[in-house]
Amino acid sequence: MAEVIIDRERCKGCLLCASFCPKQLFTLSDKFNSSGYYPVEIKEMEKCSGCAVCATVCPDVAITAVDR
Amino acid sequence: MRVFERPKMLKDKVFHYCPGCTHGIVHRLVAEIIEEMEIRERTVGVCPVGCAVLAYDYLDIDMQEASHGRAPAVATGIKRVLPDRVVFTYQGDGDLAAIGMTETVHTAARGEPLTVIFINNAIYGMTNGQMAPTTLLGQRTQTTPYGRNAAKEGYPIKVCEMLATLDGPSYIARVSVGSYKSILNARKVLREAFRRQIEENAYALVEVLSTCPTNWSMKPRDAMDWIENEMQETFPVGIFKE
Repeated sequence: MAEVIIDRERCKGCLLCASFCPKQLFTLSDKFNSSGYYPVEIKEMEKCSGCAVCATVCPDVAITAVDR
Repeated sequence: MRVFERPKMLKDKVFHYCPGCTHGIVHRLVAEIIEEMEIRERTVGVCPVGCAVLAYDYLDIDMQEASHGRAPAVATGIKRVLPDRVVFTYQGDGDLAAIGMTETVHTAARGEPLTVIFINNAIYGMTNGQMAPTTLLGQRTQTTPYGRNAAKEGYPIKVCEMLATLDGPSYIARVSVGSYKSILNARKVLREAFRRQIEENAYALVEVLSTCPTNWSMKPRDAMDWIENEMQETFPVGIFKE
């Protein structure tokens, strides 16, 4: 099963991952992090294929992609 | 199995860059390449003045801060004293193409064995968006509020094309980080630029078309698309000398 782990504290909510995700899985969280940004989150992780496109385009290197 | 993880060479620090700024992507690519080539213990980076001035806070290798535009001169000194080190500079367009143009051209003309990473975002990011030497014709900035006019402000400088006319450099290329595919290509080209220095003891420069969503007044994704659609008309991606 594929999964991406989002580092909430690193994410600045720029939504580049959301715009590049082939399955459009990313949404903004409604809770902000300690820097005051609303980080992204994935509600339906089971749909993730683990392509790591989001991690490649993330300018803050906040995403780790896992395939298990 | 982890298919993508943060390179260990990046310190555990949150980048100070604005949301969506592609400096972070280039930092990551540099870190990945240095790790992959196993040259971390003998690499020295030289930081510019500009947004990337704090790059030494993020890359866990030996770093030296240079005064504005003088990164290639400082790097020349480091490389000549310590020829076994891999030395690279990381400079923006204001640093490399404005105040540091002399150092840039002469370092290239001498063919110093360095790798120069040139971040071109067509604007002065750190000082809030004034016109840069690489600002496109018609582009609005703080100091060209009606768009850059060739009659008044002149034409954008095409650094790669200019340096490719010299005999000194071994590798001159322009890449973009405006799409997923472009990022993968940028990684390949940056790796080749490091390889040239290590194996052929030669000068290599890679210009990276990068975004500045804050000062372009664009959303991060729109800024990326602007690189791919507009900026590449003036600054075509490709290898100019190999």
